[in-house]
Amino acid sequence: MPLQTPPLRGIHDERGAKFTEFGGWDMPVEFDSIQTEHAAVREDVGIFDVSHMGQIHVTGPDATELMQRLTSNDVSRLGVGDSQYAAITDEDGTVIDDTVVYRLPDEGETPQDSHGDGDADGEPTYLFVPNAGTDEATHERWLSYRNEWDLEATVDNRTDEYAMFAVQGPNAVDLVASVTEDPVGDLERFEARYATIDGVDCWTARTGYTGEDGFELIVPWADAAEIWTALDCQPCGLGARDTLRIEAGLLLSGQDFDPEDNPRTPYEAGIGFTVALETEFVGRDALAAVDAVGVDERLVGFQLIDRGVPRHGYDITTTESRVIGTVTSGTMSPTLEKPIGLGYVPVEYAEPGTTLQVVVRGQSKKARVETTPFIDTV
Amino acid sequence: MSFDVPDERRYLESHEWALETDGVVRVGISDFAQDELGDVVFVELPDEGDDLEQETEFGVVESIKAVSDLYAPVGGEVVAINDDLFDAPELVNEDPFGEGWMLEIEADDPDELEALLTAEEYEDQIA
Repeated sequence: MPLQTPPLRGIHDERGAKFTEFGGWDMPVEFDSIQTEHAAVREDVGIFDVSHMGQIHVTGPDATELMQRLTSNDVSRLGVGDSQYAAITDEDGTVIDDTVVYRLPDEGETPQDSHGDGDADGEPTYLFVPNAGTDEATHERWLSYRNEWDLEATVDNRTDEYAMFAVQGPNAVDLVASVTEDPVGDLERFEARYATIDGVDCWTARTGYTGEDGFELIVPWADAAEIWTALDCQPCGLGARDTLRIEAGLLLSGQDFDPEDNPRTPYEAGIGFTVALETEFVGRDALAAVDAVGVDERLVGFQLIDRGVPRHGYDITTTESRVIGTVTSGTMSPTLEKPIGLGYVPVEYAEPGTTLQVVVRGQSKKARVETTPFIDTV
Repeated sequence: MSFDVPDERRYLESHEWALETDGVVRVGISDFAQDELGDVVFVELPDEGDDLEQETEFGVVESIKAVSDLYAPVGGEVVAINDDLFDAPELVNEDPFGEGWMLEIEADDPDELEALLTAEEYEDQIA
């Protein structure tokens, strides 16, 4: 299958980016060096092209109910311009994907009407962002449940209509505010609004995947180059995106959980805070049962004490070399200059300070369970 | 992008370079290889005194994003390793043909080097 290309493939190539396949997309993995890009985000500001993320648009009289019943968090709490992190779970409570759900201005309102907080007086409208390569299956899932439940809602897969950029770092807010015609600095974490850049309405959300302050902007594909150019700062690839999110203890769908290879509930994955058991959603009853008895295994952060770099798939063992878990993500932390990782272990080994081992190419390396995030985050 | 490929060295297809002086062969990885790997964060080397055979694995270089095995360009005894790399693996990126060298082998048969790629041949490989 040919790879999908983000709208700015040519611009990134000219800038000297290296590319990698990710979720079926041909994405920039590195522009200068992972360490340079990582440091820019931690100390200043960097911009990521994350147009591989899916965009699913849901609107109609029953849009809120459809979203409520297919995501784990409480969608009814979202006013226009609010967003929330949520899990998409299966009947058995397994995380299929994680996503951010944004409540857009009601259908019928123009972006211009809603540059303020907007009034919720039309059809409730949502945009949510499934992970790379999962947009088609997610779109199908929404349509099939909508039909099964006979709900009135329009569900559109707009992945190929919108580019998405993340501007992240301590100076990200100033940079974005300097190019938007609307104020954005007053937005709180997980708040969003349309802000105009060079005449283009950009859905501008104070969200991110790095542990730093900043915005994610969802912009029309056709205007992507203009917006990318206006937000002039260190371009960053998926390599730095990965090291930044691991330091921040954030999960990567398909790697830190995977419905096929590593099925996990939100509680095991450490995102139990996304589960609103007082709402009705697919997987709710299974998760209520798990919540009542607790989990056997949990995702933990760890640091290698011995020299080495933990990688996805390496065994985690007790100090007696009994295999008890698997590394799901690992890297040399550019900020801490220490090897760090994430992995699942039985809860009795999950306390910070517990000594474990990670098997690196046949050699046992001493590791210690750490609290996550590994760094100070917003 | 163009990469340094110093003339006086021999190269393996797996991107190690070899430079012989009086029967002792210094080994590292090429400019192209360090650029492909990106930021090098970890190097695992054999001990001095270890015996290596030509084109067998002698260690590992890891960048943030990748793990790559290292292969000996020539057989013989390891007579020196660059232990500066344990604290400063970034030397492999900064100066792959100089301070980023990895080890020195007292070659059993320096003629083994003749089987390796010349600079010109290696340059064709990475072109």
